[in-house]
Amino acid sequence: MTTTETPASPASAGHGEVNYLNHEYGIKSWLLTLDHKRIGILYLITTTMFFALGGLFAGLIRLELMTPEGDLFQADTYNKLFTMHGVAMIFFFLIPSVPAVLGNFVLPLMIGAKDVAFPRLNLLSWYCYITGGTLASFAIVAGGVDTGWTFYTPYSSTYSTGFVSVALMGVFINGFSSILTGVNFLTTVHKMRAPGMTWFRLPLFIWAHYATSLMMILGTPVVAITLLLVALENMFGLGIFNPELGGDPILMQHLFWFYSHPAVYIMIVPGFGVISEVIACFSRKAIFGYSFVAFSSLAIALLGFLVWGHHMFTTGQSIYAGMVFSFITFFIAVPTAVKIFNWTATMYRGSIDLKSPLMYALGFIGLFLIGGLTGTFLSTLAMDIHLHDTYFVVSHFHYVMVGGMVMAYLSGLHFWWPKMMGRMYNEAWAMTGAVLIFLGFNLTFFPQFVLGYLGMPRRYHVYPEEFQILHVASTGGATVLGLGYMVLFVCLVWSLFKGAKAGPNPWTAKGLEWEIESPPTPHNFHETPIVTSEPYAYEEEDVLLADKGSH
Amino acid sequence: MSKTASHHPALQHYFDDLKQQHGAATMGMWAFLAQEIMFFGGLFAGYTVYRYKYFNAFVEGSNLLPIAWGGLNTVILIASSFTVAMAVRCAQQGLHRSVFNWFMATMVLGLGFLGVKAIEYSHKYHDHLIPGLNFQWDGPMAGPMKIFFSFYFVMTGMHALHMIIGVGLMLWLIPKIRAEKFGPQYYSPIENFGLYWHFVDIVWIFLFPLLYLIGRHL
Ligand code: HEM
Ligand SMILES: [Cu+2]
Repeated sequence: MTTTETPASPASAGHGEVNYLNHEYGIKSWLLTLDHKRIGILYLITTTMFFALGGLFAGLIRLELMTPEGDLFQADTYNKLFTMHGVAMIFFFLIPSVPAVLGNFVLPLMIGAKDVAFPRLNLLSWYCYITGGTLASFAIVAGGVDTGWTFYTPYSSTYSTGFVSVALMGVFINGFSSILTGVNFLTTVHKMRAPGMTWFRLPLFIWAHYATSLMMILGTPVVAITLLLVALENMFGLGIFNPELGGDPILMQHLFWFYSHPAVYIMIVPGFGVISEVIACFSRKAIFGYSFVAFSSLAIALLGFLVWGHHMFTTGQSIYAGMVFSFITFFIAVPTAVKIFNWTATMYRGSIDLKSPLMYALGFIGLFLIGGLTGTFLSTLAMDIHLHDTYFVVSHFHYVMVGGMVMAYLSGLHFWWPKMMGRMYNEAWAMTGAVLIFLGFNLTFFPQFVLGYLGMPRRYHVYPEEFQILHVASTGGATVLGLGYMVLFVCLVWSLFKGAKAGPNPWTAKGLEWEIESPPTPHNFHETPIVTSEPYAYEEEDVLLADKGSH
Repeated sequence: MSKTASHHPALQHYFDDLKQQHGAATMGMWAFLAQEIMFFGGLFAGYTVYRYKYFNAFVEGSNLLPIAWGGLNTVILIASSFTVAMAVRCAQQGLHRSVFNWFMATMVLGLGFLGVKAIEYSHKYHDHLIPGLNFQWDGPMAGPMKIFFSFYFVMTGMHALHMIIGVGLMLWLIPKIRAEKFGPQYYSPIENFGLYWHFVDIVWIFLFPLLYLIGRHL
């Protein structure tokens, strides 16, 4: 009551333009903000920092792999590099990327809410992220972690060097940032929808985040307790995962993948949401088979909890368990394929407007398709015995995570950037970035499929000479990829200073977030919107226009 | 009528009315509890695996745990479930004084539980049964025994940590109760605290038989 100012007066858009960026100044107004939009921006800045850090490690890895000998780094250093690359990218960039940056920003706007259900928890989630990130960074600086991002025992217990428990605590605390975001989104979607915003009028971005929230709430705590047990094992020698005392290191893998397979979907389903929005907007058509796309997200979320064993085909788990896991893993490709088909069907006979968000979305579809299909290679028991722990797997997951999720994230970032910042970026440069990223990505990772198929194991820095040509190609690709990210970065930052004013709806897109100012006012809506139309009503409008024309 | 409701001091600006706010708070709490179930679920899963694998060691370890103390704590927690339920009821009826009293009772019971736990832990210390600190077991099955006690300490430790957080929450709520912030229109913090407390009680209801009563016969 005391702090609430009535949004009535600044509403008069003409003079002053009060928005969420300029209504308060100073570092404190940012660090203590409860505004979901500002929290989204905080996440944007900090996740970008971790992306840069992870990218730096990746660059060093690729540099070492230019030559077959281990000339740049010692084996130990190399282990640390790929571990820290994975930890930074997965836990501190990719998992929070779409949900915590774009989701925080647009989810409440899309459903016509003034904020998320628990703004304080939302801020707390960012602090969990920052605390976890600081601990992990400390572990990196202080001596490094060399277990792989999976923290398998006994690497992380009996044979651990460096600061494994510190890194574990960092990831543990960071987990609560995910959980709190999940609780927040779930409740917000249930309870804060504007009048008329029925479940089947929700944009698919919301459905995707709803499914993601379920996975965050039900999966993350399991990995939290697992990593806590590993940390305790590491510090106190509990024996739970130590075979010398009768413990079972494989149990750790089961518990880890019980979360981490759903986590790979936490790292893609929000991206699906972005792609649905972008494809619909730039094809000027409603999403084909809306409810199929919506429910396939839920199906993926549920099935995702039943496939973890496909990471453990070679660990000596029961062959029957392996067969069941293999089958369910194939099965999960079905809802995934449903989405791909529906997006392409949406574009069919749409009026395609090839802008940079769509460019990224198209890149997503192609790359994710390859990633998903190679996933089914890996789900085949016999194939996986050959391919497990090779570069084939490395390439598979980079196709889905970088080719899929990062492309989706960039697509969404370009799509909502005008809304978030109120400025347009330079389209030509954005396109250049998109094309460079697409080409660089393929050049980096396609050779890795071949490498893996030929038998190059992952996580080694020394390799037989005949692999060198493919490795050099990959490093060359990584350079182009890095350049692409630079172009994109400069292009977006440039727009903040020089970009043209965006106006409320630069893409003439549908959705409540496009009906308010860019950037939005602190309370989003001047009055609670009332929703009367179906989502993605692009065609109706175009029909109306056509009608007008014919009269 | 509705006018006064919408101007309730506890109503946050991003909610339309108290009903929506209450619904959101309740739902958020249940989602959080689902998270808690999975958190403890990971531990229970690990426990199950080893209990199956090393049943004899688990029986032997379990027999070293004092049923009397564990039983007493069970009674204490069930009693505290009652007192916290009464607190919620009284908050809904606007009986400020009683809410305070029931809260104090819950707090005393909670602290009592933690006291008993502390006594048990100190006994374990004397018996050299704390893994990572002074665990020593000269009999057979030393490894599995250590694993049993690891589970004992991690599970009861996590549970005790939740109790401590619960006590902290009460300390945070009590001044608000004194200031008569809660009443028939607005009681979700009390109700959600009740949910949390019940959850922590239920965890103990599982922990007690699983840890203290393996293979015991009357
Ligand atoms: C159709 C969908 C998919 C299928 C069938 C599939 C299947 C598999 C299989 C069987 C493996 C284990 C390979 C091995 O270790 O031998 C694997 C590994 C992996 N997948 Fe997928 N996957 C799919 C989608 C995804 C998605 C969407 C992501 C993330 C966005 C992802 C991320 C990963 C990661 C990170 C690993 C390797 C983990 C590690 O060992 O470090 N996958 N996938
Ligand atoms: Cu998986």
